[in-house]
Amino acid sequence: MKHLLSAGDLSRDEALTVLDTAERLDEALTGREVKKLPTLRGRTVVNLFFEDSTRTRTSFELAAKRLSADVVNFSAKGSSVSKGESLKDTALTLEAMGSDAVVIRHPASGAPHRLAGWVRGSVLNAGDGTHEHPTQALLDAYTMRQRLGRLDGLRVAIVGDVLHSRVARSNVLLLATLGADVTLVAPPTLLPVGVEVWPAAVSYDLDASLPKADVVMMLRVQRERMGEAYFPSAREYSRRYGLDRTRMALLPDDAIVMHPGPMNRGMEIAAEVADDPRRSTIVEQVSNGVSVRMAALYLLLGGSPA
Amino acid sequence: MTAFLLEGVAPYGDAPVDLLIRNGVLATGSTRGATVIDAAGLVALPGLVDLHTHLREPGREDAETVETGSRAAALGGYTVVHAMANTEPVADTAGVVEQVWRLGREAGLVDVRPVGAVTAGLGGERLAELGAMADSAARVRVFSDDGKPVHDPQLMRRALEYVKAFDGVVAQHAEEPRLTAGAQMNEGVVAARLGLAGWPAAAEEAMIARDVLLAAHVGSRLHVCHVSTAGSVELLRWAKSKGTRVTAEVTPHHLLLTDELAATYDPVYKVNPPLRTAEDVAALRAALADGTIDAVATDHAPHALEDKETEWAAARPGMLGLETALSVAVLAMRETGLLDWRGLAERMSTAPARIGGLTPPSLAEGAPASLTLVDPAARWTPDPAASASRSRNTPYAGRELPARVVATFLRGEPTVLDGKAVR
Repeated sequence: MKHLLSAGDLSRDEALTVLDTAERLDEALTGREVKKLPTLRGRTVVNLFFEDSTRTRTSFELAAKRLSADVVNFSAKGSSVSKGESLKDTALTLEAMGSDAVVIRHPASGAPHRLAGWVRGSVLNAGDGTHEHPTQALLDAYTMRQRLGRLDGLRVAIVGDVLHSRVARSNVLLLATLGADVTLVAPPTLLPVGVEVWPAAVSYDLDASLPKADVVMMLRVQRERMGEAYFPSAREYSRRYGLDRTRMALLPDDAIVMHPGPMNRGMEIAAEVADDPRRSTIVEQVSNGVSVRMAALYLLLGGSPA
Repeated sequence: MTAFLLEGVAPYGDAPVDLLIRNGVLATGSTRGATVIDAAGLVALPGLVDLHTHLREPGREDAETVETGSRAAALGGYTVVHAMANTEPVADTAGVVEQVWRLGREAGLVDVRPVGAVTAGLGGERLAELGAMADSAARVRVFSDDGKPVHDPQLMRRALEYVKAFDGVVAQHAEEPRLTAGAQMNEGVVAARLGLAGWPAAAEEAMIARDVLLAAHVGSRLHVCHVSTAGSVELLRWAKSKGTRVTAEVTPHHLLLTDELAATYDPVYKVNPPLRTAEDVAALRAALADGTIDAVATDHAPHALEDKETEWAAARPGMLGLETALSVAVLAMRETGLLDWRGLAERMSTAPARIGGLTPPSLAEGAPASLTLVDPAARWTPDPAASASRSRNTPYAGRELPARVVATFLRGEPTVLDGKAVR
């Protein structure tokens, strides 16, 4: 594996290798006083962020540092990028500085694919436009497996703005590879034309979907979408597609509730659902994110499976 | 003026003959003193006519000039190109169209026929001085806001009516802009997978439906630019069956390439209207074969490197087309048995000339010797660096194509010989 651009590029074995590696790295660090492994000492990882995303950037930074890599954070704001430098020139600059891996977050779909053509090192997609966010899908799968013990046959409902969601695209691809049954639940306006060929079922009815879900993953819905007539009002959205306590009661007993963050409390998810200690995995997802990203960096930068 | 004798050339692929060019016309009689060109195995076609060329001058001479674009056209077998109006400044006055026309005359490689903007500054708000452009030295007959549609239906109606006075035609870039805000590629399964905002077929079809109804209502002539969908073909077929005076063009790339190419995220495949599906390609080929679509037009759209070496969404849409159009048409239409050489000549020379208000080029005795010689057996692979265009954005780099232009004559003067530009 040279790059991690799309969750769809991972075979079942490769995906499981990432999850297993994350698990072993996690175990290796548990109980240690110094949370650091020497694995990537002397390697340079560049965090190239063209969008604000403190949580993802921090997660990658921590992952690289725990593997003892040198980390450079390069954010578009206040850099030459905001002065009109092209992605290509930025890539060539980073290349000249000798980076081994570039972690890129970019508002344009496919920007990591372009970057991969311009640099020699590995490119890791940390979210591109409305396309993909493969490490998010990996950490979600990791969390599901950790909580529920399996992925094969697991029934996963992904709810919300599928059209604009890179999290949904990566999850659909990865979960299909890993044998889970995915149902996308959204108003028809927030599903892409062409969704019918995705390896997932589609439903417009959240209440009907919940009793059949082992996992319900709520996607962030931006209030701005309202202005583009994707739905009439935030209130109507929340009434039809928001997960509140009443709806949560429709879930099977051991079902879990996930959210990639950042949440709109009161919009797609009610506060008491997000904070539910039994079902909500939202905080675990964050810590698992670091382990999975360590595994991805480790495997991309030439480590053999742990 | 040198005389030429084209020995053993096959007009339209028919039985070989000798063609004599003397005093700028196709002549008969003595061949004495004529330069002999061994044209055995070559097909002669009337000079190709492009209805849709972006020459970028004035304004973006870093991407193309009238001269470099003219050279690319000659190398592609063209003797006439219609230069689109979306330059900087916009070709919306007699002054600008005359400037482009004059630059074309100075280059002298093809006849450059300026297209006039329909609305001032392509602003879509008030008519440009269409009559002044028609009466100018450039004698403009084709009017288009190409790059943008004439969106206002009332303004479109008026433009269609007004150009009747000088037998002009409005060439519409059919795109309902409210349906394509932010659009990056054809809306469908590939766009859904790639996370690129979709450009729905309905945005083109809705505009064509409106315009054919308007054209029928006022009895005017409408030309539809770069038709790209199967649904558009159905609408055109319907309009023509009703006797509406509508003509249409299709680009070479829409006859060959599909939206699957966007999966590379390489913006060399980004174009407007976008590449569509294999079903659309099949419908467009069938429509070109049966005459529902009248003409092939290149939509040659040169772009500077920095406008293409970017992420997909930041890139400008458009592809080079002049040097590869005939080869792509041969691949899509002739090698599939849909059109023979005569059919290709009709779609790439006769019909576009008629639509543009010109006397169609011809291989008949006494006609101006504007023609091209094609090696039908040649196979070649376009090399962006070798293009005569200033730009490099060909989508056919590394792709083997059939048929190659060997020579082109403009009124008896060679512009291309041995596959190379004469100057």
